[in-house]
Amino acid sequence: MFPESFTFSIADWVNGWVDALVTNYGDVFRHISDTLLWAIVNLEGVLRMAPWWLMLAIVGGIAWHATRKVVATAVIVGLLFLVGAVGLWDKLMQTLALMLVATLISVLIGIPLGILSARSNRLRSVLMPLLDIMQTMPSFVYLIPVLMLFGLGKVPAIFATVIYAAPPLIRLTDLGIRQVDGEVMEAINAFGANRWQQLFGVQLPLALPSIMAGINQTTMMALSMVVIASMIGARGLGEDVLVGIQTLNVGRGLEAGLAIVILAVVIDRITQAYGRPRHEVSK
Amino acid sequence: MSNAAISKIEVKNVFKIFGNRSKEALELIRQNKTKDQVLAETGCVVGVNDLSLSIGTGEIFVIMGLSGSGKSTLVRHFNRLIDPTSGAILVDGEDILQLDMDALREFRRHKISMVFQSFGLLPHKSVLDNVAYGLKVRGESKQVCAERALHWINTVGLKGYENKYPHQLSGGMRQRVGLARALAADTDIILMDEAFSALDPLIRAEMQDQLLELQKTLHKTIVFITHDLDEAVRIGNRIAILKDGKLIQVGTPREILHSPADEYVDRFVQRRAAVV
Repeated sequence: MFPESFTFSIADWVNGWVDALVTNYGDVFRHISDTLLWAIVNLEGVLRMAPWWLMLAIVGGIAWHATRKVVATAVIVGLLFLVGAVGLWDKLMQTLALMLVATLISVLIGIPLGILSARSNRLRSVLMPLLDIMQTMPSFVYLIPVLMLFGLGKVPAIFATVIYAAPPLIRLTDLGIRQVDGEVMEAINAFGANRWQQLFGVQLPLALPSIMAGINQTTMMALSMVVIASMIGARGLGEDVLVGIQTLNVGRGLEAGLAIVILAVVIDRITQAYGRPRHEVSK
Repeated sequence: MSNAAISKIEVKNVFKIFGNRSKEALELIRQNKTKDQVLAETGCVVGVNDLSLSIGTGEIFVIMGLSGSGKSTLVRHFNRLIDPTSGAILVDGEDILQLDMDALREFRRHKISMVFQSFGLLPHKSVLDNVAYGLKVRGESKQVCAERALHWINTVGLKGYENKYPHQLSGGMRQRVGLARALAADTDIILMDEAFSALDPLIRAEMQDQLLELQKTLHKTIVFITHDLDEAVRIGNRIAILKDGKLIQVGTPREILHSPADEYVDRFVQRRAAVV
């Protein structure tokens, strides 16, 4: 037995802190929540209103622009058509909206943080363990306070997704910039490039494959969160998986599960294709 | 020296010490301790040790030494990619160590350019954009950039390659791009850090000829770093020989070959004689 006199608990302290946060800053969080919800609802509305053939055409167009391959484009469009054919089109659009907003927020947070962390070793040494925590902490632990602050539904789902999905983007942005050839940086320095010119002219373009790999990972992790998100009231494909589990309807769960995989494959292929340097493809 | 009538670059008692305890190391090295003793006592590496020299306007000044002799460190002091631990560096009579970040950037944009050993080209930009880089960074118009870049691409013999990317070129062609980039910036001073060392012997000779040919009309002040005495003798108006961050001898190629200052220089010369 571990001696009783050595034990202590931070649970009460954390509970008190979260309570205080909810009572004192509830309005602020409500405001953030409303803004986010407005964005998701609108995006979802647009995606669901758009005719299915138009959506397929748009995705096909993006896939073609990214891969420049007829077969790949056809497969991507065909797979999405299949999801519609099993009656999951509406849910697919809901999940897509959730994922797009979560990815967008992750990018807005992740890339600037990655850039800063590439610039400062001190920030990096603080940030990296924090990212480890974000990735390994079971998501239900932070879902409870997030639920208390934002209520049930899409917004806490987005938050949980961002906490889980942003770390790989931060890491890979940092890595990509640090891997830019030292002599190239020395050369542009020697020609008098300022920080702005260094960052946007050289560091970001050369780190792009790595950053795109990060965005790819972020979208994949965001998709892996949709089932958990459905447990706190977010609609979409995860909901069907959850219902499938709860009613022992294996078939329905599998259909929805495969639809998530298809969405993942489609987004994966497109983001990976954008990550390849253009002029080397034409070699 | 009489031929250094107007000196473009003047280096006065420059020390460069790498490491956390550079102040202590500086004291030790001033007490005439050797590089190895300083390393053992403080863990600091002496890059440049009490070095003074002056480089005249319009000459090709070669800095020679084995790897680790501090020549690449020294040349990076001239555009302050590296700051010295102590000493003064004057360019056109102005102490460049006093420049703040903005002034330093202006100095690098207009007065000094550089060619690198492994080229330092931007892999995501075409030959044209690479050559125009120095011009673009200092805010020249698109038209001026393209015009001047094309002129220098033609001059170094890369006509027709302006839309290629660096990875599509051979080593020799890449370094021509590096040279064109430095020339296009139209600075008085060009630093060349082992610029031809990565090239095979034939291409290297060709590049040396081209540099000499260009210099006939351009009269730039060129600081050329090499570890190869043949190359130094071939292109240098004057040669400085470095060992362990210390200046051993400065002189014309003839002086170096006929009256080597010490055994270290003599070994370079003997080796050359043996090869020839």
